[in-house]
Amino acid sequence: MPPSPPTTAAPPGSVRRPLRRPPRGGGLDAPVPTAAAPGARAPRTSLRILVPLGLAIALAVSVIVAAGAGQLAVPPGEVLGVLLRPLGITALPEPSSDVVSSALWSIRFPRVAMAALVGAALAVAGLLMQAVFGNPLAEPGVVGVSSGAAVGAGVCIVFGIGFLGSWTVPVFAFLTGLAVSLAVYALSRAEGRTEVVTLVLTGIAVNAVAGAAIALLTFLGDTQSREQIVFWQLGSLAGSRWSQAAVVAPLLAIGLVIAFLVAHRLDLLSLGERTARHLGVHVERLRLGTIVLVALLVGAAVAFAGIIAFVGLVVPHLMRMLLGPAHRPLVAASALGGALLLTLADLGARTLVPMADLPLGILTSLVGGPFFFWLLRRTRRSAGGWG
Amino acid sequence: MSAPLAAHVGTAVCTAEGVRVVRGGRVLLDDVSVTLRAGEVLAVLGPNGAGKSTLLGVLAGDLRPDAGEVLFDGRPLHSWGLGDLSRRRGVLLQDNATAFPFTVHEVVRMGRAPWRRTPRAAEDDDAVFEAVASADIGGLVDRAVPSLSGGERARTAFARVLAGRTGALLLDEPTAALDLGHQEALLSLAREHARAGDAVLIILHDLNLASAYADRVMLLQDGRVAADGAPEEVLTAATVSEAYRTPVEVIPHPVTGRAIILPHRPA
Repeated sequence: MPPSPPTTAAPPGSVRRPLRRPPRGGGLDAPVPTAAAPGARAPRTSLRILVPLGLAIALAVSVIVAAGAGQLAVPPGEVLGVLLRPLGITALPEPSSDVVSSALWSIRFPRVAMAALVGAALAVAGLLMQAVFGNPLAEPGVVGVSSGAAVGAGVCIVFGIGFLGSWTVPVFAFLTGLAVSLAVYALSRAEGRTEVVTLVLTGIAVNAVAGAAIALLTFLGDTQSREQIVFWQLGSLAGSRWSQAAVVAPLLAIGLVIAFLVAHRLDLLSLGERTARHLGVHVERLRLGTIVLVALLVGAAVAFAGIIAFVGLVVPHLMRMLLGPAHRPLVAASALGGALLLTLADLGARTLVPMADLPLGILTSLVGGPFFFWLLRRTRRSAGGWG
Repeated sequence: MSAPLAAHVGTAVCTAEGVRVVRGGRVLLDDVSVTLRAGEVLAVLGPNGAGKSTLLGVLAGDLRPDAGEVLFDGRPLHSWGLGDLSRRRGVLLQDNATAFPFTVHEVVRMGRAPWRRTPRAAEDDDAVFEAVASADIGGLVDRAVPSLSGGERARTAFARVLAGRTGALLLDEPTAALDLGHQEALLSLAREHARAGDAVLIILHDLNLASAYADRVMLLQDGRVAADGAPEEVLTAATVSEAYRTPVEVIPHPVTGRAIILPHRPA
């Protein structure tokens, strides 16, 4: 009775025999198997520790610097002093006036925190989306999930919907983002695969429809909501508040935990859905769950920061180049990398042009657009055409 | 938890009974019955479009047949959990592309995924090492799969299936991209597995490989079973010529007596 009950589990090796065939004649390469040789993959293994560590340190430094920079410049030491005072650490220097520390707490810190949270959410969303589509070019902004979420946010603004308090906009952004994600998923897949062309063209179509919906909302809205919608489309972290961070942070935490737990199964998904299923993965369940998660993360980010494209494309791609494609190490590294990127981008948005607060989305698209193009060309070359 | 197949030779592992598959108005399989037994290599042959891969899809549980029954170890296939099934049978498909540049070692290790959080996860390193050696990909372990040649990729996928140490193997044209030496190595490995009690189903195009290595041969034609039996019974000039619509001649091997099949080529 082949698949015997658990009690008769054969001890390892008892039913098996050494499979290694005698080396075939004719001087074939007959390489010495090094698969189990410890240390064979040491470089990548140590990178998996060093890269997140380096990113975490860089993030901490840039958070301090970003919080101090701006029209009201505060030295990093004083920023740290203000930051650590509630923890009872008073050894560090403090700003001369209380106005400075209250300005830091009410304006700078929430903004920097939002930059880091939104960046992490977008990068992890991009990573998950690429895993589900089995395509490194999938990204919430490119395929239109971000614009879809912006439609939901726009509806709230124009029609003054607010029955869920500070959760109203994110909930609407999540729902429309989810609808768009599911639509893209259904439309861009053929025979279990998503081809690059199909994905990008689907993104164009979805972005066109979402763009029309946003334009209609702009047309319907009064002057104030028009301004707000325009701000949404450009993407900005100006006016970030702690209440917003309090919404994004738990969603991001949930997203990170789930992403970490399913990372192993996402690896198997890249073997193709049939093979993943043969290896015990409930493919449809995994796909659907991941797409909901992507919509959650993108909804949270877009609800408060607007459309910030390409973070989900650039960050996971760079991390994959450093760490390889295994998803578990990529989750943490992408989150940290996204947080770092957006903290720096927002610092740039606030300080590049004196007395002006550039929309953040412009900066990320300025860098991300060419990067996307480069990736597209490279993918095309490696696929030998549009496969 | 799940046990490996400590198979009793001759036990039916995988059974299809009167299977019919219709897709898009086309009948892909019609009244196909097949039994895969522990301890045997069953070669499934047939011309292009005969329904070989469809049959494998049905036996692997990817396709629900429109009529007929599929059993795995005596239980309806669809009543099995994916996890339990994944520890009992390994499947090798023709398409072995990976979406991201995983290394050969990582891909072979994915074959161990079904055993995660089971006591047999302790065997992971051994199983991977053994599979890598068996598939002769020791020199490739750190290469990214997309950078490999077709044959190397096929061997990597085969190693992944071997690493699972499942008692049943369903292999869809595992030799298609392989050179002569690796074809022979793969099939003798399949036979060693069968001798150790595994059930091995292999879809093949090379009739001579089937003749030399299979314990049993099934010939599909237009979605129906044209013949099923020992190689010497099935691989006759008349049956093969008819199924492939190509005249062939069958010559016994001077030493082993196994059939050698050659297309009839007028001088």
